[in-house]
Amino acid sequence: MSDGDLIEEREPARSPAARSRWRRGTWQEPSARTPKASAQRRPGARIPLALLVPAAIGIAFLVLPMVGLLIRAPWSELLVRLAEPEVGQALRLSLITATLATLASMVLGIPIAWVLARSAIRGRSILRALVTVPLVLPPVVGGVALFLVLGRRGIVGAWLYDTFGFSLPFTTAAVVIAETFVAMPFLVISVEGALRAADARFEDAAATLGANGWSTFRRVTLPLVAPGIAAGAVLCWARALGEFGATITFAGNFPGTTQTMPLAVYLALQNDPEAAIVLSLVLLAVSLATLTLLRERWLSRT
Amino acid sequence: MVSLAAAFAVQRGSLDLDVDLTVEPGRVLVLLGPNGAGKSTVLRVLAGLLRPDAGRVALADLVLDEPAAGRHVPAYDRPVGMVFQDYLLFPHLSTVDNIAFGLRSRRVPRARARASAYKWLERVGLADYAKAKPGSLSGGQAQRVALARALAGSPQLLLLDEPLAALDARTKLEVRADLRHHLGEYAGATVVVSHDPIDAMALADEVAVLEDGRVVQSGSPSEVARRPRTDYVARLIGLTLLAGTGEGTQVRLESGTSVAVAEPAHGSVYVAIRPEAVAIYPTEPHGSPRNVWPARVASATPHGSAVRCDLAGPVPLTADLTATAFAELGLAPGSAVWATVKAHEVEVYAR
Repeated sequence: MSDGDLIEEREPARSPAARSRWRRGTWQEPSARTPKASAQRRPGARIPLALLVPAAIGIAFLVLPMVGLLIRAPWSELLVRLAEPEVGQALRLSLITATLATLASMVLGIPIAWVLARSAIRGRSILRALVTVPLVLPPVVGGVALFLVLGRRGIVGAWLYDTFGFSLPFTTAAVVIAETFVAMPFLVISVEGALRAADARFEDAAATLGANGWSTFRRVTLPLVAPGIAAGAVLCWARALGEFGATITFAGNFPGTTQTMPLAVYLALQNDPEAAIVLSLVLLAVSLATLTLLRERWLSRT
Repeated sequence: MVSLAAAFAVQRGSLDLDVDLTVEPGRVLVLLGPNGAGKSTVLRVLAGLLRPDAGRVALADLVLDEPAAGRHVPAYDRPVGMVFQDYLLFPHLSTVDNIAFGLRSRRVPRARARASAYKWLERVGLADYAKAKPGSLSGGQAQRVALARALAGSPQLLLLDEPLAALDARTKLEVRADLRHHLGEYAGATVVVSHDPIDAMALADEVAVLEDGRVVQSGSPSEVARRPRTDYVARLIGLTLLAGTGEGTQVRLESGTSVAVAEPAHGSVYVAIRPEAVAIYPTEPHGSPRNVWPARVASATPHGSAVRCDLAGPVPLTADLTATAFAELGLAPGSAVWATVKAHEVEVYAR
């Protein structure tokens, strides 16, 4: 941005006539340039200082910690660190549990989304609120709640233990359950949005072609909302991967069975900060890869 | 093939629909009416997508709907094919898989369903587009695929919802002729919904005019066009429709003005005047026409190669003039003119 632009930007505040001239000027100006250049330039020329400064500070605030992570990383011994069995173990456990939690969320969450978007049952808005509670609930609270229901003395857990002699807490299954509890709402919301945006008349067309409800869902509805399901699954997976509070409360912190990456990072920070940095880098890399996967969808929404 | 007999009522919000329709096999019934008259609702009931509140829908002996007897055959179990307004071809399937969809629903093995779908693509002249996705088809092509998809399941009843509305004027002519040809080959009963009288006249064996949820007139296209029974139909086809009382070769209108007719008429009658029958003069003419009225040009719009003028005066009329005549007379909205109609050009029939 040149100085001339800045002066032009301040001038219109003085008189309405000048403002309209200025508007005309900036509006017409881009047509003389390539569309791409104007699209990049026009918004930049308009940002008032009162917004620009906090925005810049905010961006720095978001980006600097990640830069710090990169700067402080023990690059020389990175590969050695990554090869440590504890790292591999935690990473493997994280990837497996997050994937299982995503699968569970899809099996349970897509039907929930369908009920919320398509059915005419009473109390749908209450149902939606209930389903999305885990989004705003502190994960630790979620962990405590899960413990109260599924713990050995819990409402369902006691029955499980008496009947099958099986106790959920502090097992890998508990990790998957905790992650599913926290991450499934992301998938439900994303799929419900996709279902609402999809034209339900395609389902009418399928019905006139002899497809019953389930067949229509499988052959028409699912393919139509597949992009929404994919986006929801990626969000859900990323959320499950980063899950900490509910996991440590309900599943504990046992290396090999329940110690996922975020738990390992937290533990390592106390006795081996460098290891914590390495683990964090791995998580950062996975998150960025997820973001790249989602990028196109996010861009197409704006 | 069997006939459709449907007499049912639907109450839905502001719509109060009550119709009685029968269609013989091989015949095409066009439901003509303005937007919101309930045309699409009729189709949704026939397709099984909406339950009627009362009445009975049957294909010969097969009762599809009879609320009083608790009977409702869901859409997917009906021997009915439907072409939707904007075709609704499944965007994720190729054209051949779209057409095979209905057969696959009825558990026809994939290979056989595909083979049958290919034959349908050939019949509608799109064999080269088997692998194309619907998004890459033109409007006319999509319409033909939608028709093939609806017919591939050999339905007993074919429903078409505004099959030509989504097309531009030029494609429309071609597709309409094509559609007429395919409907002619179809052996079952067909119900077409349209708001376009030209489409209706071109496709229909019978026309039923639907207004505010009621069939206000039905009959052959020429009958409906020649002797409309409501102002809506008359205006649709460009006729001027006037109600009056027959007194021999004079019909006294409700406004008090008389219209001379050739056929003697008595009692409550309609008088219908075609726009081509109205002649316009700048000054009061003297001669044979017995109907001569002063009038004022209320509006003028291009209509094909002619200019259609709405005339205000003792008898409201619509007149078609050639563009040349319109220009030579120096007409504009507001111009004062004289309108004449020969008595034998006035259609008169009982109300």
